[in-house]
Amino acid sequence: MIRASLLTVMGWFCLVSITICGWADDRVEFNRDVRPILSDNCFFCHGPDAGHRQADLRLDVREAAIESGAIQPKDVTASSLIQRILSADPDEVMPPPDSNKHLTAEQKAILQRWVAQGAEYQQHWSYEPPVKAEIPKGQNAIDVLVQRRLSEIGMEPSPRADRRTLIRRLYSDLIGVPPTPEEVAAFIADEQPNAYERLVERVLANPHYGERMAIGWLDVVRFADTIGYHSDTPRNVWPYRDWVIQCFNENKPFDRFTIEQVAGDLLPDANQETRIGSAFNRLLLSTEEGGAQAKDYEARMLTDRVRAIGAGWLGQTTGCAQCHDHKFDPITMRDFYSLGAFFADIQEPILGRREDGMIVATEAERAKLAELDTALAEAQKKRDAAAAALDSAQAAWEAKVATENVVLPEIAGGAAPTEGEKKGATEAATALKKEAKDRSAKEKTAIQTYFRQVVDRSQQSVFDELAEKERDRNGYYGSLAKCLVSVSTTKTRTVRILPRGNWMDESGEVMQPALPHYLPQPVIEGRPLNRLDLAQWLVSRENPLTARTVMNRLWKQFFGTGLSKVLDDLGAQGEPPRNLALLDWLACEFMDSGWDMKHMVTVIVTSQAYQQISTASPERLAADPDNRELARQSAYRVDAELVRDYALSIAGLLSPTIGGPSVKPYQPEGYWENLNFPVRQYVADTGESQHRRGLYTWWQRSFLHPSLLAFDAPSREECCAERNRSNIPQQALILLNDPTYVEAARAFAGEILASSATTDRDRIIWAWQKALQRDPRPEELETIEPLLIQHRQIYQSQHDAATAFLKVGQVAPPDGLDSVELAAWTHIARVLLNLHETMTRS
Amino acid sequence: MTTQALSTNRRQFLTHASQGVGGVALASLLNPRELFAAPQAGALDTLPLPQRAKRVIWMTMAGGPSHLELFDRKSKLAEMSGQPMPASVTQGQQLAQLQGQKLYCLGPQFPFRKYGQSGTELCELLPHLGSVVDNICLVKSMTTDAINHDPAHMFMNTGSQIAGRPSMGSWVTYGLGSEASDLPGFVVLVSTGKGRSPQPIAARQWNSGFLPSRYQGVQLRSKGDPVLYLGTPTGVTHEQQAADVAAINALNRRRDVIEPDPEIATRIAQYEMAFEMQSSVPDLMDLSQESASTIQDYGCEPGDGTFASNCLLARRLAQRGVRFIQLYHRDWDHHSLLREELPLRAKEVDRACAALITDLKQCGMFDDTLIVWSGEFGRTPMSQGNKGPIGRDHHNKSMAMWLAGAGVRGGMTYGATDELGYAAVENVCTVHDLHATMLHLLGIRHDAFSVKFQGLDARLTGVEQAGVLHDILT
Repeated sequence: MIRASLLTVMGWFCLVSITICGWADDRVEFNRDVRPILSDNCFFCHGPDAGHRQADLRLDVREAAIESGAIQPKDVTASSLIQRILSADPDEVMPPPDSNKHLTAEQKAILQRWVAQGAEYQQHWSYEPPVKAEIPKGQNAIDVLVQRRLSEIGMEPSPRADRRTLIRRLYSDLIGVPPTPEEVAAFIADEQPNAYERLVERVLANPHYGERMAIGWLDVVRFADTIGYHSDTPRNVWPYRDWVIQCFNENKPFDRFTIEQVAGDLLPDANQETRIGSAFNRLLLSTEEGGAQAKDYEARMLTDRVRAIGAGWLGQTTGCAQCHDHKFDPITMRDFYSLGAFFADIQEPILGRREDGMIVATEAERAKLAELDTALAEAQKKRDAAAAALDSAQAAWEAKVATENVVLPEIAGGAAPTEGEKKGATEAATALKKEAKDRSAKEKTAIQTYFRQVVDRSQQSVFDELAEKERDRNGYYGSLAKCLVSVSTTKTRTVRILPRGNWMDESGEVMQPALPHYLPQPVIEGRPLNRLDLAQWLVSRENPLTARTVMNRLWKQFFGTGLSKVLDDLGAQGEPPRNLALLDWLACEFMDSGWDMKHMVTVIVTSQAYQQISTASPERLAADPDNRELARQSAYRVDAELVRDYALSIAGLLSPTIGGPSVKPYQPEGYWENLNFPVRQYVADTGESQHRRGLYTWWQRSFLHPSLLAFDAPSREECCAERNRSNIPQQALILLNDPTYVEAARAFAGEILASSATTDRDRIIWAWQKALQRDPRPEELETIEPLLIQHRQIYQSQHDAATAFLKVGQVAPPDGLDSVELAAWTHIARVLLNLHETMTRS
Repeated sequence: MTTQALSTNRRQFLTHASQGVGGVALASLLNPRELFAAPQAGALDTLPLPQRAKRVIWMTMAGGPSHLELFDRKSKLAEMSGQPMPASVTQGQQLAQLQGQKLYCLGPQFPFRKYGQSGTELCELLPHLGSVVDNICLVKSMTTDAINHDPAHMFMNTGSQIAGRPSMGSWVTYGLGSEASDLPGFVVLVSTGKGRSPQPIAARQWNSGFLPSRYQGVQLRSKGDPVLYLGTPTGVTHEQQAADVAAINALNRRRDVIEPDPEIATRIAQYEMAFEMQSSVPDLMDLSQESASTIQDYGCEPGDGTFASNCLLARRLAQRGVRFIQLYHRDWDHHSLLREELPLRAKEVDRACAALITDLKQCGMFDDTLIVWSGEFGRTPMSQGNKGPIGRDHHNKSMAMWLAGAGVRGGMTYGATDELGYAAVENVCTVHDLHATMLHLLGIRHDAFSVKFQGLDARLTGVEQAGVLHDILT
C-alpha cells in the first residue's frame, strides 16, 4: 500500500521534474559543489595545516571563515573571498598567479551562489556515518540505486549480456581462469530457474575463489617475499599469503580478518592462525644495508605502517601528516604519530636480518620437532660428560708429552701420515711447545682436536651421535614452514612527533597510542590503548571509513573502477562518489551482514547492473567514456597474474595446488645481476612448481618478475589500492617469446592434436572452444587456415627448426606426435593465446 | 634469416612475410603502422618554456664517487690529514658507517690540476674530461637528504624517499613523449665488468611509479636479449614471427568490429611496435656500424657492455629520438681501497665521457642534449679505516656533479663547500633544484608539472621549495 502510493508520488514528481530540477540545479551543495573547489585551490594555504596557513585565514571551518570576514553569509559583495577571486589585480586575486591555480568562470559562479545561499558547510562526506537507503523489499539495492542515478541523468541501462559472456566474466572476476567449453555449454543449456544464481553459488564455493580475491588484498598490504631495501634479501612470510587465501575461502568475516591482521597476537584466543594473520604488521620494508641508522629506519617503519592502515582500511592519505598537519584533511601530525605508537610494541630488529619467524606446523609436526629437540639435548648432555672425561685425560697426556719430550708419530716418521694428518700434528706440536697460559684459542683447539682425533678416540661415537642429532633436528627445523609474525613486548619503543619528519630531531613530544581525533571513537580510560583497540576500532560500526573503503575497492574488481575513483583517498582530495547512496548502502549492508564478504560479492554479481553487456554505441561511449554511471559493464585486460593463469589453464598446464612457498617461473638469465649481498642466482622451478598460478610467483621487490611487471603488477613496496592497466609492447614480447607462453602454446597444441577432432577445420574449432569458448567465425578461419598451412610447409622442409621450437621449456612434447604437425599447431595455439579477446574480461 | 631480410625496409619485409596470411590480414598489419609513424606524444600539449634540451643523458655513478678526490680540491683538508676532525663540524650530524667512531681528516689522495681555458680544477685521474672541461659546468655544492644507497638512489631518481614515485625519466617521457618511433622513450643501460662486489641497484630507480607503465625505463642489456624477451623463440624465423603477429592483429581487428574497444587499436599498435623492436633494437646495438676511429675514441670493444660502449650506445639512442637515457656505472662505494679502486673507476669513465661530448658536438646534438654526471651522494672528508685500507664513508652534506650540453654554461664551476669539504656552503643545491633545472631546460615548469596522486598534485620536485639553478644556464 505504502509502496503503491510512493510510486504514485514518484510518477507525479516525474511530471513536474522540470521545475524541480531547475531548483535543484541552483541549490549549491557544499560537499558536491564547493568543497572540491576550495580543497583544490584554497586549502593548501588556508586549510587544516596550521604550520603552513597564510594570513591566519582558514576556509575549511565555517566559523573561522566568517570571523575573518572571508565569508559573509548571504552577502556576496561583503565577502572578501568573493572579492578576491573576482579581482583583476594580480596582487589581489586569489588563488595567486604563482600558485598555478586558476578558477574557472563556472567555479567562481558556484562560490558566489553558495555565499548568496548562506554559505552552508557540510562535514566531508566520508566522515559522516553512511546512511542506508530504503530499498523496496525483494529488489536488488544496487539496481534500485543505479537506476535512480541513471534516471536523474537521463541514461538507460544496457541489456543483459549473453550467457557465455556472463560465465566468462564470473570466472574471471571470482576464480581468475576461463571456464571450460563444457562448463559454458552446460550453463547455456541450463533451463532451470535461477541458473545464473546457482552458477554464482558454485563459483563462490570453488577453492580458487580465495586465490582470486587474495590478489587485490596482497597489493593493499604490500605482501612480498623480500625485504625491499638495498640487498632485498628473502624473508619468511608466505604462510600469510596462504592465510589470506584461506580467509576468503572460508569467508572469514572482514572484521575478524582485520583484527587478526592488526592484532592477531593480542587476542585472548590467539592461536597459530591468528598469529599468522598478524604477519601483516611485518610486511613493511626493512634494510640490511651497512651504515643504516636505527633511528632512521625506526621512523621509516613507523611511517610505513601508518600509511598502510590509512590506505588499507581508512582510505586516508595519512603520509602527508608525517611532516606537517594534512593540508586537506583534518589528520594532524599528532594523529599520525599517535597512530604509529600503536605499533611500538612489536618486537623486531630495526636493522639487519629478520628472524626466521614462528614455526607454522601441525601438532604432529610440533611433536616431532620437540622429540628431536629432546634427543639433541640428551646427546649434548652425553657430549658434555664425554668432553669432561677427555679433558682430564688430555691434561695427563699433555703432562706426559712435556715431561717425556714425546715427538708426535706423524712428525717422527715411520707411519705414512696424510697431508692433513701431518698438518694437524704439526699445529698441535707447535702449540704444545708453548706454556699452557700462553696458547691462543686457536692453538688450544689444535691440541684438543689432535688429542680427540688421534690420541684418544674412545668417545668418538658420542660426538658422532651428537652430530647426527644436530643434523636431524636442524634438517627437520629447516623443512618446517616459518612466518614472521607480530610478537608484543612490554619494552615499547618511544614514539615522538618528528618535527618536519626529521628523525634526528628528538625535540618532539612523546606520543601514546591514540585514534585519529576527528573520527568517532570509543572512550577507553584507565589503560593505554593497544593494537587490539586499534583493530577493533577499524571495524567498529562507528568508523565511517573502513566499510566504504573496502566496498569501494571491491566495486572496482567487478566494474573496473571504484564508485569513488580514487581508491586510496576518500578524503577531501579524493573524488566524491557519483552515487554516494550506493556506496553507503554497500557499506551499511556489509556491516549489517556481519562483514560478510561472500554476501556482498553475491549482491554485486547478481545485480542487473553487473550482468549488462560491456559494449556500447559510440554515442553512449562518448557520453560516459569511463563508465562511471554504470549504464553498461566494462571490458578490460585481466590482471598480471591472471594473464599467466589464463594461458596455462587453456594449455592444460596450470597446477591446481593451492598455497605453499613462492615459486620461480622461467625468468631471463641475468635479470637479477644488479642484486647483491649476496649475489643472487635465479633457479627456475621444475615439475609442477613451474606451472603454478601467477600469485605464487616469488615477489622480489627490487626486481619483480618481468612478466608480472610488464602487466602492471606492483612491486609491493608501498600499499597499492589500484593498479595501472597499461598496454605496452613488452606485453606483446612476453606473450610471443617468453618460454612460459611458448611452452604453453606447445602444450595447447598437444591437446588440440590429442583431441577428438581430426581435420584441420575441426581442430581449429576445438582450439577456439578451448581458448574462447565459442566457434571461430568464417573470417577468422580465413586467417587461421592459411597460417597453419604456411607454418606446416615451412617445417616440412625444416625438420630441425620444428624440433628446436618444440624444445622450449621443460615439459616434453607428447610421444607419438609428428613434430612438424605439433610445431605448426603450436603457432596456431600461440596466436590464440595472444588474442586480445583471450586476455580480456568483458 | 638472411642479412638481406634484415636490411630490407620493414614495410617491404612484412609485405613479403605476410603473403601467406591473406590480404585482409596484411592490411590490418600495415594500417596501424600509421600510429607509429608519428612520434609518441606527451602529456604536455604546449611547453611553457623554450625547450633547450630535447633529451637527457644521465650518467649515474652508483655507490657515491668521492668528490674530494675527483672534483673538490681542499687544501685545508690536505693540511689536516690525519688530524682529528673538529667536533664542531660533525656534532649531531647524520653519519653512516662512521657513527660512533673517532673521526680523522683525510686529505685528497690524488693530485689535481687546472684544465682548459676556464682553468677548472679536476683530479689528474680525469685527463680526458679535462680536455673537454670548457664544455661542462661543475657543481660543487650539491647535497641530498639520504645517506644510505637505496634511499639515496630513490631520492635522486624520484625526488622522494618513499617507494612508488615515478623516476625522472618517466616524468620526462610522460610529459614530452618520445621522438623514437621504434624504441622506448626511456632507456637504461648498466655497465658490466664490475670489479669488486658493488652495491646493488633496484629497478624502482627507473620505474614509472604511479604513471602509466609505458613510461617505465626499459633496460638494454649487453648479454642475452638486449631487451627482455626480444628474441624470437628458437625454430621460429622472422618471417614466421611476422606471420603470427599479422594473424594476431588481423583477428584483433575483427574483434574490434564486433565488440568495439579502444584498447584493441592500442594492442594492435603495441604488437607492431614489439615486432619492430625485434629489428630496431639489434640494429641499435650493432656497433660494428661505427667507424674504427669512433670506437677508438670511446675506448670500447663492441659488445663488451662497458660504460664506454654504453656511452656510444647513448649517442645512437639519442640519434634515434630516445628522450631519456640513463647510464649506470657501479662500484663507486669506496669505504675502503679508495687509493686502489677509485683510479680504476675513473679510468673506466673518463675517456668515454669526453668522447661522448666530442661525438655529440660532431653530430650537432650537443646543444640540445643535456648530460648529467652524478652519484647518489658524496663522501666524508673523514677517513674510514674500519673496512680495510683507507676509504671514505657516505656523506649527504656535500657532493659534486657536472652537467653539460643544452643550455648549460660550459667552463663554469658553481658553488663551494666549506674549507674541509664537509658541507656545501655557497650556492647550496638540492636534488629538487637539480630536477627543477633539468625540467626547465626541457621546457617544463617544474612547479606546474604535476599528476594527481593520493589526493596531491605530485611533482618530481616534491612539495618543498625547489629552484632552477639559473646561474649555471646560458
